[in-house]
Amino acid sequence: MARHSSFPPLPAAHWLFAGIALVIAPHAAHLPVWLSALAFAMIAWRWTAASGRLPLPGKWILMLLLAGSAAGILLEYRTLFGRDAGVAMLTLMLALKLLEMRGYRDAMLTVFLGYFLVITNFFYAQEIPFAVYLFAVVLVLTAALVVLNHPASAGQWRRPLKFSAQLLLQAAPLMLLFFLLFPRTGGPLWGMPSDAFSAKTGLSENMSPGSISQLVQSDAIAFRAEFASVAPPPSRLYWRALVLENFDGRNWSRNRGGYAAETTIETTGTPVSYTLTVEPHDKPWVFALEVPDPLTVPQDTRLTRDLQLLANKPVQRLTRYTLTSYLDYRIGRDAGPGQLRNALFLPRNGNPQARELARRVRDEAGSDADVVARILALFREQDYAYTLTPPLLGQDGVDEFLFKTRKGFCEHYAGAFTFLMRAAGVPARIVTGYQGGEFNPVGSYFIVRQSDAHAWSEVWLQGRGWVRVDPTAAVSSTRIENGIASALPAGEPLPFLVRTDMEWLKHLRQGWDAVSTYWDLWVVGFDQEEQIGLFARLGFGIVSWRELVWGMAIGLGLLLAAIAAFVFRPGRRPAPDKVQALYLKFCAKLEKAGLARPPSEGPLDFAERVRWQRPELAAGTDAVVHLYIQLRYGARASSEIYGEFASLVRNFKP
Amino acid sequence: MLSQLVRGRGSEAGPVVLDRRRIYILPTRLGAVFAVFLTAMLIGSINYGLSLGYVLTFLLGGVAVVGILHTYKNLQGLKIADAGASPAFAGEDAVFHLEFAAPGPRFALNLLNRSAEPVRFDVEATRRASVRIPATRRGRLKPGRFTLSSVYPLGLLRAWSYVQLDHAAIVYPKPGGIPLERMAAGEADTGERPGTREGSDDFAGLRAWQPGDSPRQVAWKVAARSGMLATKRFSDVEGATVLFDWGNLASLDAEARLSQLARWVLDAEQADLRYGLRIPGIEIAPGNGLPHRQRCLEALALFGLPEHG
Repeated sequence: MARHSSFPPLPAAHWLFAGIALVIAPHAAHLPVWLSALAFAMIAWRWTAASGRLPLPGKWILMLLLAGSAAGILLEYRTLFGRDAGVAMLTLMLALKLLEMRGYRDAMLTVFLGYFLVITNFFYAQEIPFAVYLFAVVLVLTAALVVLNHPASAGQWRRPLKFSAQLLLQAAPLMLLFFLLFPRTGGPLWGMPSDAFSAKTGLSENMSPGSISQLVQSDAIAFRAEFASVAPPPSRLYWRALVLENFDGRNWSRNRGGYAAETTIETTGTPVSYTLTVEPHDKPWVFALEVPDPLTVPQDTRLTRDLQLLANKPVQRLTRYTLTSYLDYRIGRDAGPGQLRNALFLPRNGNPQARELARRVRDEAGSDADVVARILALFREQDYAYTLTPPLLGQDGVDEFLFKTRKGFCEHYAGAFTFLMRAAGVPARIVTGYQGGEFNPVGSYFIVRQSDAHAWSEVWLQGRGWVRVDPTAAVSSTRIENGIASALPAGEPLPFLVRTDMEWLKHLRQGWDAVSTYWDLWVVGFDQEEQIGLFARLGFGIVSWRELVWGMAIGLGLLLAAIAAFVFRPGRRPAPDKVQALYLKFCAKLEKAGLARPPSEGPLDFAERVRWQRPELAAGTDAVVHLYIQLRYGARASSEIYGEFASLVRNFKP
Repeated sequence: MLSQLVRGRGSEAGPVVLDRRRIYILPTRLGAVFAVFLTAMLIGSINYGLSLGYVLTFLLGGVAVVGILHTYKNLQGLKIADAGASPAFAGEDAVFHLEFAAPGPRFALNLLNRSAEPVRFDVEATRRASVRIPATRRGRLKPGRFTLSSVYPLGLLRAWSYVQLDHAAIVYPKPGGIPLERMAAGEADTGERPGTREGSDDFAGLRAWQPGDSPRQVAWKVAARSGMLATKRFSDVEGATVLFDWGNLASLDAEARLSQLARWVLDAEQADLRYGLRIPGIEIAPGNGLPHRQRCLEALALFGLPEHG
């Protein structure tokens, strides 16, 4: 049943197994634990078997392993296809292939599969350190490929690695040529599996207590913004994403229904221009400063009537938008009751205390604006606290928060405030987005992280239209002015990168972020648009794919000629073997004496012939040949023997 | 088709240096599989917009392309020379030697011949490779065409070249069944026994010293120089002289006679006799020693064959 492994022989096998283990390792981050463990167990099994300490599993065990694991994957992912399940299946196949590997061909296929699994890692991350790691894995896999074809070189670890690095370096110019010139397409070739972009963090279209404070725990970057001229102060950086108008008593959600009337937008002051580089988040929202100029909305996006800027497709790759916004504006001043009805809606029941409070304030206040002011004063003056770890809230969440726990994050304040406004008859809605951002002086742009996620309110006031009110600012003004890190009390679980207490770390991080931004823009984000832009800037105009293909062909020819010139450059001649040279001198002496040695005749044969043809020379010849063989092939070759050999040859007189 | 084209070249005498005109290169089957893998990786990169996927795909594609140069380089400049062939008896394997020399190291070369097991070897600077080819009939055995190939370094491409040298091994007749002791008196001419111990002090070489060797026979000069004891050997011929005659084997057909004569040559050499050979057209005076044995066997091997057959 079980067979011992014969190929690849052991030193070569180390290379192969190491490469495979290294390529599977990063997948462990998202594979089910049992599958990663199983894969590594199978690699360990194969490794042990290679040294003959374990037999390889028979066909039936392999079938059982395959069937069992495939069933497990099916249970885990509910499918065998799609991105994540596909990667899980590939990992399984690779590990099984190792166990099933019998000969050269199998081993080669294993390396190919390994390469393929490298590429699937890029589904999950494309950052610089990860890319560096994976190219190191490619280095090992390529060394394994070389070693499989020349097992004799597997023993030393330096030589295969060096040769593999040489191959990859020589291939690099070709890679660069094709990377720049291969015609990029605008979108996917066909529909992608639905899970292709899962696991992306970002704002969702619902807001309930806790949803944003969870997001804030992540220091992942949401987008970067580079201003054309002077950047506005942080307190004015409200990056608007979504308007949540629907409320079911607990959750706030988007109003998808359209309104017939357009919103009027009046703007004053000078607009600010900036470029957003939005990280893929698989949702269509784009994060314009309040409020974007409706006349200069980028292509592929549209502005809704409540001023949400939406891309036509979910943002699935790093995308750049050039935008113009007015920071001084009035919107929807002429909104009629029909347009405001939804902004006044509350469920019939729930949160009685809050309703009661709203009624009281309403009765005392002289105007809608006064209601807003009084509620904000309430937040400011009473002992409300700003925290990332608010207590859990029950059924009447607004009541509980306002009167019992009094601890909350921005969504609690915005939610409670908006509820109170509506209860007091003031049209109000919630806006989510990001607030502030960290300025990076190295690249002179703002980095906006998920930890900058924020929620605020908009109330509609007669004569002023929709006005932004940020109740969090009433509780914690430093949140708005100085960012989240300074607003939270010490000891709150802040993401590491947001902390402000380590200056040098901050500088390092900013330098690194500038590098990774360019990486993201020019390497990871190099798409059709960037490609066309690059060649336009280089003065080629708008290149067609036909021109690109010609470029590739010509470039390939030129580069290959250059690489060939390098590969076939005349190398140093090996230093002539001193022993060999002396032996040839000895042969030349014998040749003069009429005993020519054809190149094919070995030393022993030659000595035998000398003994037969010229017995008087036999003793000398034998001595020389004896030492020659000892020096060339013997284990005891030494400089003493060499000296003896040299003097024998010199004194040899036929 | 290619092979037929090349076969037209016929065999060559001198050392052959592999160059552009002699080296062929094509992807292996695994190379084609690799291309399929790369295509799948490219399609995946396009579909998912994986920029680093493009990088990896093009890098591996580049490695395969650069691999063409390296695979070619592994054969290029390789000098292949005829390094002789060891004679064999019919029914055994003749061993053909080829000497390889290269300006730099060459790896995982495969030497293939229609009728031999492939031989795999590296060439560091020079190297001799030997191919065993079964010898079926006496005469001159030509190995035919050698294919020298290599898939080094990646296994994705195979470079190869055909080499056909003027290479021949002498195949001696398969020794016949009747041992020398049973040779009928009439079948051999027993010459006179030389009474003198001819050449009793003929120096016949050195061998490693063994316990029991007379100290008088130790080559002290050599021992002083090399640090190893060696014993001088002297030919000490004192056997009878025999003549093996074709005419005495009338009961056998020609090939069987040659076989039988070969057997006796071997036995006589073994028994340290002096022996001569007489076959139609050739007469070899009695002698002794390996070169003599070789002369006799060669004469038997090539009997009746054209000069260059």
